[in-house]
This record gives sequence, structure tokens and C-alpha cells, in this order.
Amino acid sequence: MTELLSIEDLAVEFPSRHGTVTAVEGVSLTIGAGEILGVVGESGAGKSTIGAAITGLLQAPGRIARGTIRLSGEVIDATDTLAMRRLRGARVSTIFQDPLTSLNPLFTIEQQLVDTILTHRPMTRAEARAEAVRQLEAVGIPDPAHRVKNWPHEFSGGMRQRAVIALALCSEPELVIADEPTTALDVSVQAQILDLIRKLAQERGIGVMLVTHDMGVIAQVTDRVAVMKDGRLVELGQTEQVLTRPEHPYSRDLISVVPRADVKLKRFPVAGLGQGADKALEWLSGGSTRREASDRPLVELLDVRQVYGGRSGLFKRAEGFTALTDITLRIAEGEVLGLAGESGSGKSTMARILAGLTAPTSGEMLFDGQAVYDHGRMRHPDIRRQIQMVFQDPYSSLNPRMSVGDILAEPMLHHALVANRRAAQPVVEELLSAVGLPVDAARRYPHAFSGGQRQRISVARALASRPRFLICDEPTSALDVSIQAQILNLMKDLQERLGLTILFISHDLPVVRQMCDRIAVLKSGQLAEVAETETLFTAPQAAYTRDLISLIPAMTHARPSETLHG
Amino acid sequence: MSTPSKPSLWARFRASDLGHAFLRSPGAMIAFGLLVLIMLAALFAPLIAPQDLRDATSFDLMDGFTPPFSANEFTGNFYLLGTDDQGRDMLSAVLFGLRASLIVGICAVALSALIGVTLGLIAGYAGGRVDAVIMRAADVQLAIPGILVALLIFGLTRSLLPTGLRDAMAIYVVILAIGLSDWVSYARTVRSAAMVEMRREYIQAAIMMGRPPRAILRRHLLPNVARPIFVIATINFALAVIAESTLSYLGAGLPPTQPSLGTLIRIGQQFLFSGEWWLLFFPGCVLLVLALSINLLGDWLRDTLNPRAVK
Repeated sequence: MTELLSIEDLAVEFPSRHGTVTAVEGVSLTIGAGEILGVVGESGAGKSTIGAAITGLLQAPGRIARGTIRLSGEVIDATDTLAMRRLRGARVSTIFQDPLTSLNPLFTIEQQLVDTILTHRPMTRAEARAEAVRQLEAVGIPDPAHRVKNWPHEFSGGMRQRAVIALALCSEPELVIADEPTTALDVSVQAQILDLIRKLAQERGIGVMLVTHDMGVIAQVTDRVAVMKDGRLVELGQTEQVLTRPEHPYSRDLISVVPRADVKLKRFPVAGLGQGADKALEWLSGGSTRREASDRPLVELLDVRQVYGGRSGLFKRAEGFTALTDITLRIAEGEVLGLAGESGSGKSTMARILAGLTAPTSGEMLFDGQAVYDHGRMRHPDIRRQIQMVFQDPYSSLNPRMSVGDILAEPMLHHALVANRRAAQPVVEELLSAVGLPVDAARRYPHAFSGGQRQRISVARALASRPRFLICDEPTSALDVSIQAQILNLMKDLQERLGLTILFISHDLPVVRQMCDRIAVLKSGQLAEVAETETLFTAPQAAYTRDLISLIPAMTHARPSETLHG
Repeated sequence: MSTPSKPSLWARFRASDLGHAFLRSPGAMIAFGLLVLIMLAALFAPLIAPQDLRDATSFDLMDGFTPPFSANEFTGNFYLLGTDDQGRDMLSAVLFGLRASLIVGICAVALSALIGVTLGLIAGYAGGRVDAVIMRAADVQLAIPGILVALLIFGLTRSLLPTGLRDAMAIYVVILAIGLSDWVSYARTVRSAAMVEMRREYIQAAIMMGRPPRAILRRHLLPNVARPIFVIATINFALAVIAESTLSYLGAGLPPTQPSLGTLIRIGQQFLFSGEWWLLFFPGCVLLVLALSINLLGDWLRDTLNPRAVK
């Protein structure tokens, strides 16, 4: 295989007034023609920075401190703006993460493709038009001759990402840098896009640098994989070898925390509950009249239907959008129910109803046998207290202007679970240490914490009102995989110790499998299937469930068992 | 809550992004310095002014129309900035005028911010019909020039007040008139900021906690939309000072017995063509410097806090 890209001893620095941050340090790697190199690591590991350095698109004030980048033997000089412009697009192109924002909404697909082709290839406009259609066909857009006239908003997410790929490839580059190309996509679309990248790389002999945090993606398409940690390359090898026999301890850790789709583990090999959790758990379970886990449902949805936006106009009745259709679901006390489904399937709508935020258009929700909604409003403050939520985005779910101590004390004070702010302080500290944060975190503000730590605070806040039913809406989708494992462990431990009832919403089936007793699969606002976790994975009944399961990027390579049960 | 080993305020200011930007912007520093100087002069006016303007016996008609930087040809009394027709010292008049202008400016800004922020928060939080009513009211208000609204309010209150109270209540009337004419910019900005914040999950969390709307508005929403309020307040402060001067100039502001900069300019203007230029010049200069420094500071604050802002 000929060497297409070679990076030698690359270092990238970001000077700032708080000192210089070294984002990439001493990285050397090569990509051959037709080869897909995966670059994997957690956020802040410097994965994307390498790609930006190659294309000369480092965010100011970042700069290449040392090292050389060669493309087909030729040294790339990032300081030569004109040469870089000729290089970008023509020889190296980029596929970005979010297909919704990487196409210009004011131009048709054709205009964008033709512009790019004319910029980089010696063609007439008519030839470029024909080429644009060919490129769309190559990325698998049906009826390309017509669809090429469409606007970006007329394409679905998956089709847009195909169009972005066509846009990246239409200038016939030698190297493509794909930065998290499937992260914003549903699992079924992800599988297709990965197949497409694989196929195009082989057919055209393009080198691909695939930056991702997802081990499943790595396993599915890459030839070789580079594992990054804190700006350094800790391991570089054949994908099969790194996945099955990782040499560096960090690679081993990283692989061991990936939720597995094939087996349900008791817990991940990382820490869960923090030190001294007993006192906090005692407080959390105090005061409530918790019964033994029983078959009696704690939460029930009866024939729930949610319609958005429908209203009767003067001349015609506008049909609303039906987000949920005739949902009947029972969640037993102490049960962890998973709710899976693709984007737009109605997961969030259901979460809002169960959380008591939006009354359903018709149907009823019962909590502990009592009707929750009365004329569109939540009825009892005490039901409100008993249902709590852990949100998806740890960066927007904590009030940035309140100290962590105040954030945790607020629900206790509001529900009069403690006498005053002073009395709340020891409870706040116990809660913090139970979720694995230092006690002095109470004085600090949310911005001082990482995503994982914020999610711990978010869990602690949800628990602070002593709830019985916890709704977790994609609680780990914004987190790195090792942090995800810690949060999942924490929630598992808390669930077991407190006998919490949990609704766990996620698009990530392996995660759902690790967490839940039963799983409900939602498709287009309807329940496709509700079954015990093991039954669902081993013998799925609905065709849709079978599809979903088959599309999970499998870690096909058998992994060493000793790291899993350690 | 107390924090042990808290760094000093100055150290924290220097470490903050705002402080860093401030110490690197000569324009902002000069404007700030001038403003502090003006504020101090106004605050200590009774102490530093050669004459007490509130005491009519302290000036002498014989000193009338003394030119600046010179002694009176009859009495030999020296006046730095000259005197007016009554023999009042202009330096003292400007210092006390500044005081009146600043008091009106600060109070009017506080009043309009209070009204605007409250209405904006409610509109952003409640949405729907409440939002529509508040924002349409704001649109109507915006369609009428602020100075007209102020004149209207001034005229109304004036006719409602008994004659004897008019001069005593004049300053409150002016504050009310300017404050009520200026709330729209706060309401609009706060509303749109609040609408963005409402979609964030910490607000959802507070709702799930069962917090009443008032607590959500005060504890969660207000602190997170506060930033632009300060920027608008700074810029509106300059506008309020000018509005007061305009009102006083039009004779609808403070009476000559408790002059503001605008009143002084109105009086001075009558003598411009008879050669007594200093009666107009010095109050005008001070007003210019005051308005300019506040505006510079406000602009700088806006650009610094919001780097994406396009003028």
C-alpha cells in the first residue's frame, strides 16, 4: 500500500493568557491509499485537532509547534495560505459531524456540488452538472437526476450526510477527514453511511481518517486504529489487534467500558457509588413509606395519545401531528424500564408526559393509582416531588448562576424535607460524596465541573427531593464512554439501594441492555414491542426491533474476557 | 455562604475576562476615569462648590455677568467660570446641575429597568397571550418618540399636582416621565434572553421540582438574563441624562431654583447673542463629556460581553 499521508512528530499548541495548552504532542502516523484509519479517544484527547492541523484549519490561536505533515511525499506548509487553499477541497476534504449545518440552506444540492466541482476540476458547467448527478448516485441517493435539484431541507438527516459525503468526494480528493461523521445520525442510518465510506475508500483508493469516540464505529469500518489520550498517541495498530489484544492499559480500559450489545453485565469495571454513601442513602430513603417491590404498577399510561398543533380553523380543520398513538404502558415499582427508539419516534414526548410537564391530548396517567393530570395540570405537589428527571445535556441542566450547594438544597427546601438552608448543608455534602464528588464542590459553580461531574450533580439534584420514580432522558449520550460507564454504574447502584423505579430513555441499545429489566421499543409514536431485556435481544418479536438490533455496530472481534469481569 | 481564602475583589477583577479586557482598552479606562471624576464632583458638590446655590443670600447681584477666569470689575471677586445675570457662580451652578442631572438619570434608569425587566421576564416566561399583550404594548410605546411620552406624562402630572407642590415635586415628575418612556428596550431584550433560557433544562428541572413561577423567575431566570441588562442600563443612562436636559431645556424639567445641566443650558442660551457665552458653554461641555464617557463605556461593555455583536 502506498503511503498517502504521513505525520511525523506533530505537536499543536494553543497559547493563551492562562498558559500554553498542548493539544497534540508528538503524534506520528501514516495513512495509505484506500485505507481507513480510525482515531479514537475521549473528548479533549486531540483527535479533531490532528484533522484540523492537516487542513490548516486550526482554531485561532492554535498553531503547529513542530513536526511535518506529508501528503504523497510532499510537505504541507500550514503557513502558506494560498497553497493551503488549493490543497483543501482538491486534495484533502472534510466530512463534518452535523449534516444539518454543514450544507448551506440557501443553495440547492446541485449548486453546492457544481460550485465545488468547478472550483477544483477543469470542467464546463454542463459537465459539472452531469458529474454532480453521478456523485449523488455514487453515494446512494435514489433518483439523483431529480433529487439534485432539491434544497438541503428537503433531504432527511441520512440523505444530507450522503450529500455532504458527495460534496467531499466530488473534487476527487486523495484524503478525506471524517470527523464524527455518524454521531448525529440514528443507528440505522449510521450503518448505511459507514458502509458507504468503506465502499468508496476501497473503490477509489482514498485514504480516510475517521475521527470518532465510538468503538463500535471503529470496529465496523477501520483497518487500523490510533488511540489518543491527552494529546498523545498511546497505541496504533491493526483494528483487530487493538480491539482484541490492546497493549496499552488505557486502550484496555477504554474497550472494557464500552456497553456490550451481546451480553448483560452486572456492572462496568469502574467505580459507581462514592465513598460514604450510606449516610446519604439513609437520608434519601428516610421519610418515605416505601413498600416492597411488588407487581402493582407504580406508573401507568392508559390509552395515551398526544397530538401537536392541530386546531380547527375558520374553513378547515387543521390536522395536528400525532406524536403518540394509544400508548398503554405499566411500570412496576422498583423496575427499570428502557425506552428505545430512533429520533422522532416520540420518546421525548412520552418523557414529558411521564414527567408531569405536558398533559396528554387524551388518555390518562396514573401514579401509584392516582390520576396525575387534572384539566391539563399536575394535581398534587407530592406527586410532583416523587417524579424526578435526569436530563440529557449536563451543560444546560444546571443553573450556571447558582452554587452546586444551592442547586442541591433547592429541592430539599422547596419540599420542606429539611428545616432551613443550614440544616440542608450536611445533607448536601453527604449527597455529593455519595455521587462521588468532593464535599467542597458545594461552594463552587457548575462551570467548574466536567460533563460527567455535572451529570453526577444532576443525579444528586433529582434524588434530593426523595423521588420514587426517576426519568433518565439520554443521561449519558453527551458523555465520553468511560464517564458513561461510571454514571451508569452510579445509577445502577442507587437504583438497587433505594429501590427506585426508573424509566431509562436511550437511542443506544447496548446501553439500554446493560441498564434495564424490560424494554419498550417505540416507533413512529407507537409501541412496537415491550419485552424483558433478554427476550428482546435474543428473540425479538417485532420486525422493527430485529432491524434495530441487527444494525448495532457490533464489536465483532471477540474481546479478552479477563478485562470484562475484572 | 462564606468562602475561606477569598481573593481580593481587585485580584478577582483582574483575573476575570472583563477585567482583562478593561485593562487592555485605553478608551474604556479613560471613559471610566472621567465618569468617576464627574460622579465624585457631583457627590461632593456641596463641599467643593464655592457658593451654596440653595442659599439665595450667598450671591450678590453686583457680581452679575462676570466673565470666566477673571475678577469682577466692580467688586473684585474672582470667579473661575464666571457668573450669570443673578451673580451666581457658574462653577457651583454646573456642579449642582450635574448633581441634579445624575440623580434624575440614575433614578430614571432604575425605574425603567425595573418595569422593563419585570415585564420582559413575565413575557418570556409565560409566552402566549400574556407575551403578546406585553409586547404589543411595547410596540405601541416604541412607535411614539420617547420625548413625547415624557412630555405627555410631565403635562399630565403637572396638571394633577397643586401649584404649590410643583417645584418641590418637579424632580420626581421628571424621573417618572423619563423612566416610563424608556422601559421597552429592557423588556424586549430580557424577553428574548428569557425565551432562550426557558428552553434550557435547568428551567425544566425547576418546573419539575414544583417551584412556583415567581421563584423560577427570580432565582433561575433573572440571574441568567442579567448581563445584557447592565449593557442597556449603561447606554440608557446617557440617554436619560440627555432626555432630562432636553426636558429642562424645553422648560418641562427642573425649575431654575434647582437647576440641572439642561436648565442651565436653557438659561445660558438666552444670553448667547449678547456675548455672555460662558453661561451656555460650560454646562454644555460638562453634559457632552458626561454623555460621551457613559456612551463609550456602554459601547465597550456591549462589545466585550457579546463579541458576536455586529453594529
